[in-house]
Amino acid sequence: MIDAIASLGRSSLNALVVFGRAFLFLLQVLASLDIVIRRFGLTVVQIYSVGVRSLLIIIVSGLFVGMVLGYQGYITLVNFGAAEALGGVVALSLVRELGPVVTALLFAGRAGSALTAELGLMKTTEQLSAMEMMAVNPYRRIFAPRFVAGFLSMPLLAAIFSAVGVMGGYIVGVGMLGVDSGAYFSQMQSVTDWNEDVLSGVIKSIVFGFVVTWIAVFQGFNAMPTSEGISRATTQTVVVSSLAILGLDFILTGLMFGAG
Amino acid sequence: MAEPVAEDSPHIVIENLRFRRGRKVVFEDLSMRIPRGQVTTVMGPSGSGKTTLLRLIGGQLRPDGGRIWVDGQEVARLSTRRLYALRKRMGMLFQSGALLTDLSVFENVAFPLREHTDLPEDVLRTLVLLKLEAVGLRSARDLDPASLSGGMARRVALARAIALDPDLIMYDEPFTGLDPITMGQIVTLIRRTNQSLGLTSVLVSHDVTEAMAISDHVVLIADGRAVDAGAPDDLRARASDWSAQFLEGRPDGPVPFHYPGDGYREDLLGVRERRDD
Amino acid sequence: MKVRFFELAVGVFVLLGVAALFYLAVQVSNVTDYHDRDTYTVTAYFDNIGGLKTRAPVTVSGVRIGRVSEIRYDPEQFRAEVKLAIRSEHDYLPMDTQAAIHTAGLLGEQYIALEPGGDYDTLQDGDEVMFTQSALVLENLIGRFLTNMGSD
Repeated sequence: MIDAIASLGRSSLNALVVFGRAFLFLLQVLASLDIVIRRFGLTVVQIYSVGVRSLLIIIVSGLFVGMVLGYQGYITLVNFGAAEALGGVVALSLVRELGPVVTALLFAGRAGSALTAELGLMKTTEQLSAMEMMAVNPYRRIFAPRFVAGFLSMPLLAAIFSAVGVMGGYIVGVGMLGVDSGAYFSQMQSVTDWNEDVLSGVIKSIVFGFVVTWIAVFQGFNAMPTSEGISRATTQTVVVSSLAILGLDFILTGLMFGAG
Repeated sequence: MAEPVAEDSPHIVIENLRFRRGRKVVFEDLSMRIPRGQVTTVMGPSGSGKTTLLRLIGGQLRPDGGRIWVDGQEVARLSTRRLYALRKRMGMLFQSGALLTDLSVFENVAFPLREHTDLPEDVLRTLVLLKLEAVGLRSARDLDPASLSGGMARRVALARAIALDPDLIMYDEPFTGLDPITMGQIVTLIRRTNQSLGLTSVLVSHDVTEAMAISDHVVLIADGRAVDAGAPDDLRARASDWSAQFLEGRPDGPVPFHYPGDGYREDLLGVRERRDD
Repeated sequence: MKVRFFELAVGVFVLLGVAALFYLAVQVSNVTDYHDRDTYTVTAYFDNIGGLKTRAPVTVSGVRIGRVSEIRYDPEQFRAEVKLAIRSEHDYLPMDTQAAIHTAGLLGEQYIALEPGGDYDTLQDGDEVMFTQSALVLENLIGRFLTNMGSD
């Protein structure tokens, strides 16, 4: 019993230490952000590998999620004779919740894990160390551009996801199930608000992008320099990011829509 | 800038260095001098902290006690900017080569130049080809680091380490895991680089034959201290017990075969006792 | 050349993202409503607004001409005060226009339907709509229906 409490204490302390390290790491990265402006080319390459290479999975998933929403929404709404409200249901679910959350989860799996693995490998093969010895600061040269790239790419990806999802809902709802095309969009526009819905979704996706990239880059930086270390760090990135996304989503939703 | 340093003063001075990693004491009381313009090898058994020593000299680790001066500047006390300025005049060759895997051979050698200078592209190209020619890999410039053999990777890393024309170059285990031909090439390269560029070379190694052949000066370390130092021939001639064991590679001697711990018998009995609980 | 490829791909990506945001703004949400800053406000008092919410459409003959900008309870009149923001080009509404709260579909959201009267004077900014018709509350209807049944 006492052992169990002691081990709980030990793991809490360890978690606290890791969090502290992650926080210090973040501060160092933030202090190095000037490089992003001074050498934007570095960030462009990272936006390519983080953002552009996630496009396909985001577009395909967005389309399918939108199509399923169209289907499920129709089946439910048609019972109330309110099939015309389909557009609103699809748009609100996508813009407020599914767009930012599903995009962030996919982003953690696709780009976050790749970032962790890349940085873990650079650490294991002493590339980071070598850079330091060449008087090149890895926080500036390596971490900061990746951080900014992830942070910038997420909201764009989430917007693309939602937009494609709306079209997916249209394909199923209007194309296959016969909802009126005009009703689909007019319902959508009457219930979806730019400030309250779209912008809150964008803010969510910015927060998720920040957190996922932070976790991914830190896990790579903090990985044990062995092959198991890298694989464990990669898994950790996906697990911790997913939990953080879902937890933060609950908090943000409460803050944004709860009190109103 | 650092105050002017006399030509014949040691390039690196280490005094009473103490360093521990967790509970393990790596250096207890290490002192040594590394002369300017010569090849110095720090030798010691595996696990004696040779790589750690290079990282301490390069300022990547901070000592727990004692001091390290490079070119008259105390490394641990430098500001980040000064430390980076100092590192520009140091080259370091990692055991794995530590080439940047997302860049070609050419770009790897160009990397420090691109980061620290604003040279026009054609000058940069000439410089890089010059460095690659020096290690005999000018024609391998478009290869990917992943497709290089261990020896080739180390030669590219050497070209990269001398790209900024440093006055100190450190080699971490440059002979480990190479076939005899490649080993010969690396030995020649280290020697030639040292002579033609007039720089100070510091090697850490446990390959006695090559290290003794290449060095002007050898420091033996064990148990966190420098146990012996001098020119290779002197060392061999006056070999103390420990040096003799190390240099001739005897399995047992002052350095015991067994990792220190409880006696074998007590250990076995102890295990049985615990099982009875 | 390689750098150029990255720049191009990233440029396309950013364009796509911005286009998606633009699509969400124009096609999905009602952002266009925010552009017509050029509105005038009239006030209407209702006994019961039902489920009316701010941003609900204000229509004439089903054509949308503005939206509900503010809803509050007026403690002096014991009625709900609803402010209607109407686009300036619709300046032809007679003084005796009637405002009613309607429901779009059985479960749809509620909106305000304006029924123009015959007065020569038109509603100006700050005016009050004199005639209003409250929202239909289902419970009240059923209650009234049952009472009528009993009295027969």
